[in-house]
Amino acid sequence: MSVIVFVEHDGGIIKKKNFEAVQYASGIAQKMSATVTAVILGTIGDAELEKLGEYGAQKVLHVEDSRLDELHPRAYTSALLAAIEKEGAKIIVTLNDINGRAVAPRIAVKLKAGLVAGALTYPDMEKGFVIKKAVYSGKAFAYVNIASDTKVIMLMPNTFPLAKTEGKAAIEKLAVNFGDKDFGIKVKEVSKVTGEVSLSDAALVVSGGRGMKGPENWYLIENLAKELGAATACSRPVSDSDWRPHHEHVGQTGGTIRPDLYIAVGISGAIQHLAGVNGSKTIVVINRDPEAPFFKAANYGIVGDAMEVLPRLTEAVKKFKLHK
Amino acid sequence: MKILVCISQVPDTSTKVVLKDNNTAVESNGVTYIINPYDEWYGLIRAIELKESGVASEIDLVTVGKANTEPVIRKALALGGDKAIRIDADSNDPYLTAVYIADYAKSEHYDLILCGKESIDYNNGTVGSMLAELLDMDYIGFATEIKIEGNTAIVKREIEGGEETDSCNFPLVISCQKGVAEARIPNMRGIMAARTRPLNVVTPAAIEPVTSILSYELPPAKAGVKLVDPADMDQLVELLHSEAKVI
Repeated sequence: MSVIVFVEHDGGIIKKKNFEAVQYASGIAQKMSATVTAVILGTIGDAELEKLGEYGAQKVLHVEDSRLDELHPRAYTSALLAAIEKEGAKIIVTLNDINGRAVAPRIAVKLKAGLVAGALTYPDMEKGFVIKKAVYSGKAFAYVNIASDTKVIMLMPNTFPLAKTEGKAAIEKLAVNFGDKDFGIKVKEVSKVTGEVSLSDAALVVSGGRGMKGPENWYLIENLAKELGAATACSRPVSDSDWRPHHEHVGQTGGTIRPDLYIAVGISGAIQHLAGVNGSKTIVVINRDPEAPFFKAANYGIVGDAMEVLPRLTEAVKKFKLHK
Repeated sequence: MKILVCISQVPDTSTKVVLKDNNTAVESNGVTYIINPYDEWYGLIRAIELKESGVASEIDLVTVGKANTEPVIRKALALGGDKAIRIDADSNDPYLTAVYIADYAKSEHYDLILCGKESIDYNNGTVGSMLAELLDMDYIGFATEIKIEGNTAIVKREIEGGEETDSCNFPLVISCQKGVAEARIPNMRGIMAARTRPLNVVTPAAIEPVTSILSYELPPAKAGVKLVDPADMDQLVELLHSEAKVI
């Protein structure tokens, strides 16, 4: 038996979170004396595919069809179902991200498989097949049991640290017959923000709130982010006032992020904001108001004026990098 | 064009989660329930805009919930929508929810099904994509803009590190997020009209869930904040490097 893991790539480059999914699938496979087959779609070189072996894939099934360089949920589903059938897989792993959410639910329905979206642990097989996930936007966790024979798990990215092994994967090409409806979506335009760190992937995030007083002060946030190699984010009032673009809004009704470090500047820490960032490993809060509720959720706090503290912190980071 | 909007009842965003029954359930006493913000602010309001501009002819709202969800459905009807359908069941299994809705929707021939990108209680974000599979439809997730041109939807959606514009013919399921529409407040006329709009109760399809929640847990309390002198940012950088090990 094999565990199937769906591996995404970004224009032929496999990202850290995708290796994490492979490693996670490998951890499950080891518990069940199964093997791991990674399924990868579209244009990508064999040298990159070989790296999947280092994270526990024994086999890579590569569906080499350039139409799959764009997300086509139905075509992706057809390709994965072909791989699942070929391998006789009962466990399918994807990431809980944009592409994962477009594909995994379709597969789950097709196979009448129970699905857990946003897995934070390996399945506990002594109690059934029980996986922990965040609910109420991180205000609580739920232990979900999958009762069906076939199981779909969507791993929350940035949950487990990566560790390379000496493993090697055999690479096979898989031919898939796509149907007429598989490419019903036409991609008209793609605009990627270049030169900046993407928020959902970022290990470090610097975020600003109303305490920044206005968009004209955002260069202070940007300078610090640049020095750290961090992405920038903001609170809801900031994006509602159009100080910053909507996609930067993190919180219960915006994006949910789980970086290693979240630096919140001039954000009071309303429960809705916390819900979007409480998965962060370390939280630094910079706020003038010592009573700001965010301090209760922070690891490190600085009570002070952002306009003075930010340049100082940026300088300190610069100095640190020079001496490292 | 006929639109179905999926509505989920969720606790208000300011709710503190309290567990009960030996951590196997979440306390509902004292909790204010609202329409899931992604369903309301974006999906429902966009549907209403499409009807106001003459693009959509009919908007139905559907929810899966017991009778206690009716006030929230009435509130959704007060914003807009011709009728509501309540599928009379409790479900926290996305597969079950999707099958219930699909079972109802399959004979209704909707051109467009709108839902929020996820509900803020279980945070799965999977029902829309499941519905698309069950109803043999296309699916575009994480939409930030929806325009209709004839029989085609032009949809801007979030991708990793950017945005993509897709076009797709109906029938189609779209999951909505910020950008798709601006939130509205129901007016008195809408609230009065909502009382007379039909709210049909449907018996759910007879199927078994494939997942179940065994128990809940609250996050551990933070150990307490370590305050750093605002004049000494070198110390913060040192702590982030050697103690937190994040830089």
